[in-house]
Amino acid sequence: MTHTPAIAIDNLNMQYGGATILDSVSCTIPAGQWVSIVGPSGCGKSTLLRCVAGLTNPTTGMVQLEGKQPAFVFQDPTLLPWRSAAGNIQLPLELEQPSKESWSDRVLQVAQLVGLADADIDKYPRELSGGMRMRVSIARALVMNPNALLLDEPFAALDEILRQQLNQELLHIWQTQQMTVLFVTHNVAEAVYLSQRVIVLNANGTVGGDVAIDLPADRDPAIRNTPLFLEKTAAVSRILQEGL
Amino acid sequence: MKTKHTISVVLYPIIFLLLFLAVWQIADWIWKIPRILLPSPWEIITVSIKRIDDLLSATLITAQAALVGFSLALVMGTALGLLFSISKIVRRSVYPYMIFLQTVPIVAIAPLIIIWFGGGMASIVVIVTVISLFPIVTNVTTGLRSVDTGLLDLMTLYRASPHQILFKVRLPNAIPYLVTGAKISSGLTIVGAVIGEYMGGHGIDEQGLGYYIFMSSENFQTEVLFASIFLSSLLGVVMVTTVALISHTLLARWTFQLER
Repeated sequence: MTHTPAIAIDNLNMQYGGATILDSVSCTIPAGQWVSIVGPSGCGKSTLLRCVAGLTNPTTGMVQLEGKQPAFVFQDPTLLPWRSAAGNIQLPLELEQPSKESWSDRVLQVAQLVGLADADIDKYPRELSGGMRMRVSIARALVMNPNALLLDEPFAALDEILRQQLNQELLHIWQTQQMTVLFVTHNVAEAVYLSQRVIVLNANGTVGGDVAIDLPADRDPAIRNTPLFLEKTAAVSRILQEGL
Repeated sequence: MKTKHTISVVLYPIIFLLLFLAVWQIADWIWKIPRILLPSPWEIITVSIKRIDDLLSATLITAQAALVGFSLALVMGTALGLLFSISKIVRRSVYPYMIFLQTVPIVAIAPLIIIWFGGGMASIVVIVTVISLFPIVTNVTTGLRSVDTGLLDLMTLYRASPHQILFKVRLPNAIPYLVTGAKISSGLTIVGAVIGEYMGGHGIDEQGLGYYIFMSSENFQTEVLFASIFLSSLLGVVMVTTVALISHTLLARWTFQLER
């Protein structure tokens, strides 16, 4: 994996209604790295991600992106209820190439990548479970073959078993697709398990710490019981507590 | 269990109706109520059968006026809703007057419409359009504007053009709202058609139920009056049920959104 910065955040400040949401946030994320952002509720994690995606303009500071527009996975699956799973997945392709009529090969390819069965891609969102809807949302993000993937607490509404299963699948996708991932979560163990680095945001919107997670590249659920994993989780938790 | 429920839903109202008609008929036999005041069910049925051709023709004419006016309201209401959702200036300038117009009773506006468009089908159709326009405009405007912000973020992320946002998100999002507006309006169309025919349906060759209601009340033909009222109500039920059935089919894809 190369170490060219895929995402460079430079002195980002965000104020809204007199309140400071983000305060002098700076960091660089090398291409191909998985970085998680953790922090207490309301510390500006999602705002930071929205600034990186260009959905929110920061008050001051800048975000530089290498390559294509990053893909974004929202906390809710954010699916168009009147479209089938396939129709939702192909939406970004339709927007980019309105004249083309069929994208079925690419849609099937990403659907398989995220574990959607052939029978599921013709179903409407209401016919799919919460986990399947999130898979469709991830497939839609991947369909454009992005260099970077921004995930805003995508598994927050799912139960623990499904969450761990999707974590594993997402890790596999990351490893095979060689993408840069910026992952927002409030779950410290999840952040440590998935990432190569964890950035901790303090309650006042400043960066509280940047912890390197030097666990083996191939993450297995059993790793959660190792002393190194527990040590890293404790380190991140300590920074979180100090920043409250 | 479901069959039992269906039987009770269908059977109980029918039993009630038959009992009501029986009591009415018996009361007529006992007290010899004058026909002008209250004809018996049997008398209403006999006169209705005698004039079945006239009454059915009137029903079809009223239905025709209601359908044309309703179709116009659907087209105009959707276009206005679209305009209101696109232009904040137009919405803020015109929308308050739409609400004002809606509060004016249709019987107060109808004479003005008849003066402007003359007696006959044109005025009746305009009255139907006016009465059924407002629910469609308000619902379509709401549907086009109340799009999930997440979906708009998604479209921004993929740099969708305003045209793409309109056709891929806003218009499909507005369909359930349009259907709800159409459901409300469908019941009002018969009211509008009957009022229009009552006030402006004279002096034309083809006369609808509103005209029959007017003439039968003027001539104390109470049996015809009852038959016309019954047919107007039946037409309203048919109209609402048809729109509800179409909307049920059309909205199958939108169920999740409605549940939310």
